[in-house]
Amino acid sequence: MDFSAIKSRLAGSEGRLYWRSLGELSDSDQFRDYLHREFPEQASQWNDPKGRREFLKLMSASLALAGVSACTKQPTEKIIPYVRQPENLVPGRPLFFATAIPFGGVAAPVLVESHEGHPTKIEGNPQHPASLGATDIFAQAAILSLYDPDRSQTVSYRSEVRSWGAFLSAITGSLGAQKAKQGAGLRFLSETITSPTVGEQITLIQRSFPQAKWHQWDPVPHDGARAAAAQGAGSASDAIYHFDKADVIVTLDADFLSSGPASVRYSRDFAERRRAGVDVEHGSTAEAGAAAMSRLYAIESTPTLTGAKADHRLALRASEIETAARSLSGTAAVTFSNASAQKFLAAVVKDLQAHRGRSLVIAGEYQPAAVHHLAHQLNQSLGNVGTTITYAPTMEVGSMDQTASLRDLATAMDAGQVELLVILGANPVFTAPADLKFQERLAKVPLTIAHSLFPDETSTYCHWNLPEAHALESWGDARAYDGTVTVMQPLIAPLYEGRTVVEVLAAFVPGQNGKSGHDLVKDYWTRAHAGTVAGYAITDATGQPFKSADSFWNHVLHDGFVPGTAAAAHSLTSGSGPAAAGLATTASTAQSQSPTANAQSLTPHAQSQNSSGLEIIFRPDPTIWDGRFANNGWLQELPKPLTKITWDPTAWVGIKLAESEGLHDGDIIELRYRGNTAKLPVTIVPGHPDGAVTAFFGYGRHRTGRVGTSADEAAKDFNIYRLRTSDALWFGSGLEIAKTGARHVIARTQEHHLMEGRAPVRVATSEEYRKNPKVIEENRQGGEKPPRTLTLIPEWEYKGHKWGMSIDLTSCTGCSVCTIACVAENNIPVVGKDQVNRGREMHWIRVDHYFSGSLDNPETVHQPVPCMQCENAPCELVCPVGATVHNAEGLNDMVYNRCVGTRYCSNNCPYKVRRFNFLLYQDWETPSLEPLRNPDVTVRSRGVMEKCTYCVQRINYARVDAKRQDRPIKDGEIVPACAAACPSDAIVFGDLNDPESRVTKMKMLERNYGLLEELNTRPRTTYLAAITNPNPELETPRPAASTEHS
Amino acid sequence: MLNPKAATYEPVPLIEPGHTLASISDKIGGVVLSGRTPLTWFIVVSVGFMLMGGLGMAVTWLLIKGTGIWGVNIPVGWGFAIINFVWWIGIGHAGTLISAILLLLKQGWRTSINRFAEGMTIFAVMCAGLFPLIHTGRPWLAAYWLFPYPNSMGVWPQFRSPLIWDVFAVSTYFTVSLLFWYVGLIPDLATLRDKATFRPVKMAYGALALGWRGSARHWQRYEHVYLLLAGLSTPLVLSVHTVVSFDFAVGIIPGWHATIFPPYFVAGAIYAGFAMVLTLAIPIRKMYGLEDFITMRHLENMGKVTLVTGMIVAYGYISEAFFGWYSANKYEGFMIWNRMTGPYWPIYWTLVLCNIVMPQFLWIRRVRTSALGLFAIAMVVNVGMWLERFVIVVTSLHRDFLPSSWGMYYPTIWDWMTFIGTIGMFLVLFFLFIRFLPMISIFEMRTMAPEAKIKHSEGH
Repeated sequence: MDFSAIKSRLAGSEGRLYWRSLGELSDSDQFRDYLHREFPEQASQWNDPKGRREFLKLMSASLALAGVSACTKQPTEKIIPYVRQPENLVPGRPLFFATAIPFGGVAAPVLVESHEGHPTKIEGNPQHPASLGATDIFAQAAILSLYDPDRSQTVSYRSEVRSWGAFLSAITGSLGAQKAKQGAGLRFLSETITSPTVGEQITLIQRSFPQAKWHQWDPVPHDGARAAAAQGAGSASDAIYHFDKADVIVTLDADFLSSGPASVRYSRDFAERRRAGVDVEHGSTAEAGAAAMSRLYAIESTPTLTGAKADHRLALRASEIETAARSLSGTAAVTFSNASAQKFLAAVVKDLQAHRGRSLVIAGEYQPAAVHHLAHQLNQSLGNVGTTITYAPTMEVGSMDQTASLRDLATAMDAGQVELLVILGANPVFTAPADLKFQERLAKVPLTIAHSLFPDETSTYCHWNLPEAHALESWGDARAYDGTVTVMQPLIAPLYEGRTVVEVLAAFVPGQNGKSGHDLVKDYWTRAHAGTVAGYAITDATGQPFKSADSFWNHVLHDGFVPGTAAAAHSLTSGSGPAAAGLATTASTAQSQSPTANAQSLTPHAQSQNSSGLEIIFRPDPTIWDGRFANNGWLQELPKPLTKITWDPTAWVGIKLAESEGLHDGDIIELRYRGNTAKLPVTIVPGHPDGAVTAFFGYGRHRTGRVGTSADEAAKDFNIYRLRTSDALWFGSGLEIAKTGARHVIARTQEHHLMEGRAPVRVATSEEYRKNPKVIEENRQGGEKPPRTLTLIPEWEYKGHKWGMSIDLTSCTGCSVCTIACVAENNIPVVGKDQVNRGREMHWIRVDHYFSGSLDNPETVHQPVPCMQCENAPCELVCPVGATVHNAEGLNDMVYNRCVGTRYCSNNCPYKVRRFNFLLYQDWETPSLEPLRNPDVTVRSRGVMEKCTYCVQRINYARVDAKRQDRPIKDGEIVPACAAACPSDAIVFGDLNDPESRVTKMKMLERNYGLLEELNTRPRTTYLAAITNPNPELETPRPAASTEHS
Repeated sequence: MLNPKAATYEPVPLIEPGHTLASISDKIGGVVLSGRTPLTWFIVVSVGFMLMGGLGMAVTWLLIKGTGIWGVNIPVGWGFAIINFVWWIGIGHAGTLISAILLLLKQGWRTSINRFAEGMTIFAVMCAGLFPLIHTGRPWLAAYWLFPYPNSMGVWPQFRSPLIWDVFAVSTYFTVSLLFWYVGLIPDLATLRDKATFRPVKMAYGALALGWRGSARHWQRYEHVYLLLAGLSTPLVLSVHTVVSFDFAVGIIPGWHATIFPPYFVAGAIYAGFAMVLTLAIPIRKMYGLEDFITMRHLENMGKVTLVTGMIVAYGYISEAFFGWYSANKYEGFMIWNRMTGPYWPIYWTLVLCNIVMPQFLWIRRVRTSALGLFAIAMVVNVGMWLERFVIVVTSLHRDFLPSSWGMYYPTIWDWMTFIGTIGMFLVLFFLFIRFLPMISIFEMRTMAPEAKIKHSEGH
């Protein structure tokens, strides 16, 4: 037995390493041999993560007993109470800390709920302009990644555990050699960075290694937007949109409502403006209330949630978007074979011209620079710049064309010019475009260092693996979409040996080595406060300078952002055509200018209308993104927008292509594109453009944790990065598809997407609603609403509170943040693909999705459905043990420990919002998941029914607070998790007995209706009908029952 | 009935000619006491025992893993377990009907079949009773929380729930049926005690016979008790399945929420019960050579009852479909349309074939008086009645109000093992019963013998 190896392993572990025997600890070959001898059948299962899990389940009891049996007495384990209670900490009361979760480098500002030192739930930061209290799905799910047992845990060298000290000494030699040649062989590869501290470190590194190069690669780069904005503004810039001021919005393949760092804020602005136009009472400001409802046109390729929300949607192939953009600007006399497209564009042009200065054209991040440039020009000629769109200096550090940068790096690696490569966070072996052959070329680098949160494909091929600290374990900083800086503070000490980017880079910066992340970040911001770092005008909320550096630091940490760091808008300096009277003339001026020509050269594959074959459109997966969340069960199980598919990627095809190729949902097709092949199961998506296939990348990981590893061997081929090439990252023509004959089981949470004439979602146009506010009531399809006089028994009188909820379908975009926020708040288990496929997902609030209208270009509506908390709840009547009962404030309570699991309540629930623990879905075994759970919510075991409680734990907190302060509960004090997270503020909760509460007022609106009211269930969650604002010129006549479809 | 012969001549006898009191005792008692067990008995019992083993395995796995091993889901929260429960309970109806109602109606022909119909009832209710318990998520709690037992928490069952009514209805029915069956057995147990030669057997039957000596006072008390129990069971025959139908009718799901359910369920239960009695009687009478006691007249009568109840059931189906349309209710209309044309359409139409079309052959006297024909139709009805419960439970739930929550239900191997396992359990119990207890009431059969009739008339 090698004791030195054991000692080094123990030394290398920061936390307490639990080991069962010295043999296991040393992880020696003898021990592995012993394992194989002892468990010859099962030992191989250690290699298979799924099998290993089963094996561990079966064996843990016997192993534990084997370890314990020798003892006759339990060892003394002392628990120690607080001698002096930490300040502010009341046991049982959570504390909230402001920090940020970077996504794609950009900060998502959050407040994190912490129970006795362990973070449990992420909320948006209400004071931060990029959040206003809401989050996106990725921020909600970040907490699960923190506690993921499969995280990278120790420093290792060629898969052997090493200490951090060993790493430092190992690279000293290499760095010395690099120093001698000014860092000519030193390269860094990171994702997009917005951290000012890291920015300064990069400058310092480049000062001591002048030849060293910094590369950036994000698999979802915004190169097109970046290039066009830089071209337009003369320097690296970000466009910031102001939907509150826009009357007419045109998107060019832009999914501003659900993708991108600003989507949370944009959703809010967009929704408030739309709502305000519908109900003046409901407007946030008088000014907005007076404004008309804005109108959204979506010209897009792959159907998105933005397209679903649009009043008019035009489906084009991704390559045709540019043509459409040209047609809008009048630069090209474009003729679409499709007459309706022609009509559509003409109407859009007319509408834009009618709303000069109050319109907005947005190009999507997946479109090339040419389209962005056209959009910028359009906005300029329409006089929108400065009102609905502003430009600000980019928040990115070292903003660059990331595709080109990665290509440079790959070329340099191939040429042997790279001697030391430090990869920070990125996973290029998996995500790099196929033509760059990154994995192959990585092998040519003599020393590679991978710093990552999880062991991944890249770390497999790197010599040194450094575990990354999770954002919630980190001191750091990051900027939000508008440039506002958040100083990130850790919620918990690193669970493993993780280190932040700042700490890793400190090893390369002379004089910073060994300093903690806290010291480095604080040092930077102390200097920033003192004014020795250029670029910030730091003042407090009142515009006064802070009293001291300490006061500044405390404020910044408390509030979650550094005031005064939002980027100031600047106007376009070049490339701006003179504002002319008509679009056409402006555009013709623009055409004579060089940027358009340049832009065209940037997109070699944009014009593919004439080429044969299909077009492939690449998109990141909506939930697991570029693959980084493959091991996050919450995101894997979150139904993907429009299709409601979980756990799998699919290739989206339109109806026509499916018909001509004979494709059915679940057929595995082979995609052949530029000599590469990959496979994907098909989903037929109404509204998908013809002649194109959307392939989502992110799946097909070959090294990930227990959740992300698919049990299905076929799923290994679902890797779309194999097809992606660096010259056409987002779309290209020449795709061939072939049915393989194989089929893949697709687990969907919703199989049926037609309303069957029942109008669960009621829709009207703003015109119809204005003319006849009763139109929503008249739209009732299921039958008469029963009168309240049906019963002889007097109604229960609610003397105290009477809780209720209102969900505004005009605002709801279908983003599903409510679902994942609910999962996080209420300890909802992940059940896995097989169980979802059997119809046993556990989500308490689901987002229903319905198509109506034509198959080629359907109207799409979304409807979040939590428990309706019916006044006459059908579930309560039938429970034989009284496990679901009405309480005195109107909630339909679930008594878990009384439930015996007859499922009668669920059968009798017309909304089918109850969820049953058919098996033991909660993970009781993984210790790292224990601190994740919300201690205020029961962890349910098998055999028990569960459902939405209106977050009763939050109601009770508010009740206790109000009672202690001897005051009534204020309206808005109780915010259920779904409502808190909703970016478009569609969900409102409150007291129906309070005539002044927001929810009461919403329920007074004419467009308020209850789902399945005809059953006399009297739901206390009601909906506000979806009001759209179509252009009368384009409106296709709809039957009075607008949602009818059979 | 329309047979002109029947009007002019004596009806076909309920017992074949040539039997004396002694021969009846010997013949029926001999099945138990002679020890000459037919090979078929061993085959059936061993097959049944194997299936019962599968049931044990399925239930054990269920307790270890949870309800999720079955195919149930959201929206179809009930599956095979409830289907089987209702099916078995339905089968369990014929016994009490034959014993109690036909007794009160003085239908003499019931005598040959009442004993084993009662046995069938007991065992069917035992099979049925298993399901409500094991279908719950936490059976170890459901086993006693569904009963109103006094407890320190002051927590009672929720009496508005039809499942609670079920608990009372089924347990009452089981208790009364068991008592009725046992009381009816006492004189025969005494006969066996008297006839047995092997002492332990004699002791065993003696203990069970509760000291029956056949005195006039015994008989008088016996007749009282038996009549009282018959009176007690009669409403139960109607109430049990009415209450079972409330499980559905109280719900608001289209396809469940129907006022026709109670009569339609009771008729369905009698229908299924008679079909099952035929299914059992025809092979057993052959196996033990009991054609003399269970005559074609019995079989034909049962066929007639089957036909009548089948017509009531058919009326139920038709009225369900009619009201689906006539109510003009969107959900009701869709429900019936979905049954006929939705994904489960083959099951619905097979059900119509089995329960409506096939029994029409019973109009034909040749079919009605052919053991084989009756047996075939009875089997078809057994299948049909199971499918009826499948249609009610599954097709109503799988597509209810909101299209977004629609789903499908597919049974798993464990569902099948549990279902077939209860058939095995039923066969084992039933065959043990016919091996160790007189399957036909000896003393009542003796009253049928010509001897008894003569004495009877002489006595007056």
